[in-house]
Amino acid sequence: MYAYDEIDRTLVNERVSEFRDQVQRRLSGELTEDEFKMLRLQNGVYLQLHAYMFRVAIPYGTLASNQLRALAHVARKYDRGYGHFTTRQNVQFNWIKLSDLPDALADLAEVGIHAMQTSGNNMRNVTSDQWAGVAPGEIEDPRIWSELIRQHTTLHPEFSFLPRKFKIAITASDHDRAAIKVHDIGLRLVRNEKGETGFEVLVGGGLGRTPFIGKTIKHFVHGRDLLSYIEAILRVYNQYGRRDNIYKARIKILVHELGIEKFSREVEEEWQHIRYSSLQIDDEVIEDIRSRFIYPAYEKLPHMPDELRQAAADPEFEAWRKNSVAAHKNPGYSIVTISLKPIGGPPGDATAEQMDALADLADKYSFGEIRVGHEQNLALPHVAKRDLPALWKALDKLGLATPNVNLITDIIACPGLDYCSLANARSIPIAQELTRRFANHELANLIGRLHINISGCINACGHHHVGHIGILGVEKNGEEVYQITIGGRADENAALGNLIGPGVKFDEVADVIEDIVEAYLALRERPEELFVDTVKRLGVEPFKERVYATR
Amino acid sequence: MTSPLQQKLKITGPSVVTANRTWDGVVVYRTAAKTWSVELTDAAIVRNSDEAKALLAEAVADDVGAIGPYIAPVQVDASGKILPGNLREQIRRDGVTIGLSV
Repeated sequence: MYAYDEIDRTLVNERVSEFRDQVQRRLSGELTEDEFKMLRLQNGVYLQLHAYMFRVAIPYGTLASNQLRALAHVARKYDRGYGHFTTRQNVQFNWIKLSDLPDALADLAEVGIHAMQTSGNNMRNVTSDQWAGVAPGEIEDPRIWSELIRQHTTLHPEFSFLPRKFKIAITASDHDRAAIKVHDIGLRLVRNEKGETGFEVLVGGGLGRTPFIGKTIKHFVHGRDLLSYIEAILRVYNQYGRRDNIYKARIKILVHELGIEKFSREVEEEWQHIRYSSLQIDDEVIEDIRSRFIYPAYEKLPHMPDELRQAAADPEFEAWRKNSVAAHKNPGYSIVTISLKPIGGPPGDATAEQMDALADLADKYSFGEIRVGHEQNLALPHVAKRDLPALWKALDKLGLATPNVNLITDIIACPGLDYCSLANARSIPIAQELTRRFANHELANLIGRLHINISGCINACGHHHVGHIGILGVEKNGEEVYQITIGGRADENAALGNLIGPGVKFDEVADVIEDIVEAYLALRERPEELFVDTVKRLGVEPFKERVYATR
Repeated sequence: MTSPLQQKLKITGPSVVTANRTWDGVVVYRTAAKTWSVELTDAAIVRNSDEAKALLAEAVADDVGAIGPYIAPVQVDASGKILPGNLREQIRRDGVTIGLSV
């Protein structure tokens, strides 16, 4: 956990007071909606179909148990008893009243949570690997650097009115769990030949209506130069990024139109002006941030305790363990992913009761810490292996032990037309139906790792472009129509999926996905060949033939 | 962004003006009595562009009462009951089409 200091607390509390005044002025009519809109957006308040939506940041996906309880409290007191975890380590409340928002923010501020820059054309929540600090083989904890960027960019006047929103993600592992290649800036921690820590910097990734995979702009930027290099990128973007057309305003368009070589020359030139300035980070600054991350006092525990050996005889426990439990850097401990994808449920939702109970379990089994991943699941990052059977039983009682992590029912979906004012089609009911179709665990296991991503409009909040199977809802002649892509992926080998053919109607989507999966099972060379690898080997044609032969 | 009043209005059938109530965000409809109602059945019906523009202008002027007013299509059945004209408006009136988590 990161321990905030007095500066952070003062900043968050002042922001709450400021917003309380702004809301009061809006409700009294002193501020018009035109005047107020940007102020509310800068505090994470959107207007959706049925109500205001309140988006709260969970920096680099790390939550303390008291913070999760505060989220449960907000869900219960100010909303309808649940929250929705998003693909960018945020949580959203869908039914909140504007008049209640200052109180909700004040309650969250008591535990150091805020909603600053969860909306608007500024630097959004800096995201990271949800296994940061505990994943084996990690170069170092990427959250230290996420926190550095968070501190530097929060309320930074130069980055508060960018051409468009700006998202940064950081990973420090070979396997990218932070989707850095589809961010405006992606950072991968690396070491140079001298053993110094630095970053491979990618730029211009993003999804939405014009998707791009990020391009490497620099193979190594030393850690001390990270802020100046990021700032150089942002300055070039601020200067040349388009403000006349919202659809062409993201940095990915600028990088694409200039070309990565010209863009990088512009950045390099800017960087030389600011590199050796106050932006150069002293080791003491990094060490101060590092010292504020408090790591658990791990015990020396056996790799295979008796409790785990005995529980292995229970096939239901084993099914959950195989999909939900990952290796920890400390061999006596595990990382446990908590699926928020129950069969038939909305992906990413958790009730206030589940959040409270999970906070208790985190205190009991995970040193009071919870993580939020971009796949819309949660994780307990420090669970002793001896505690896994007891934890599983407790999670099962809460409906949080669905053994489907990374399987076909572990679906990423945006809120879609059920909530979102931008959406053209529903996402959640499609996800719900798919989870029912593939509810059989043996079937899901037979299929193996397969990520389905669903977006209800071209803005791609469900990251459909990078789903192994991507489903995009559009509106055509007043009806919901869904375009299906296959072969996308969001990891270190990120790729955009390819369209298989004409869109299909709402009622046909689940049948089409079943056809695609059946084709895969027939076409794969061996059980270990993942769906996405079969698509890479064969292309879309055999899947297209299967889907459209009878339609 | 173009003001709703400056946008071209194409009315192809009966329509209403809808928005979200400022203090709580709840879906509301503009009534003939120049107020907002949470019931679609209370909404004033407009049937051509001039009527729509006039109703919208009046709704936009009430910036404290509701935000984001726009023209939405409706259907009027044989008994005169007003029904949402598309799925989006149906969801706004009836709520989400999924089981909530609670």
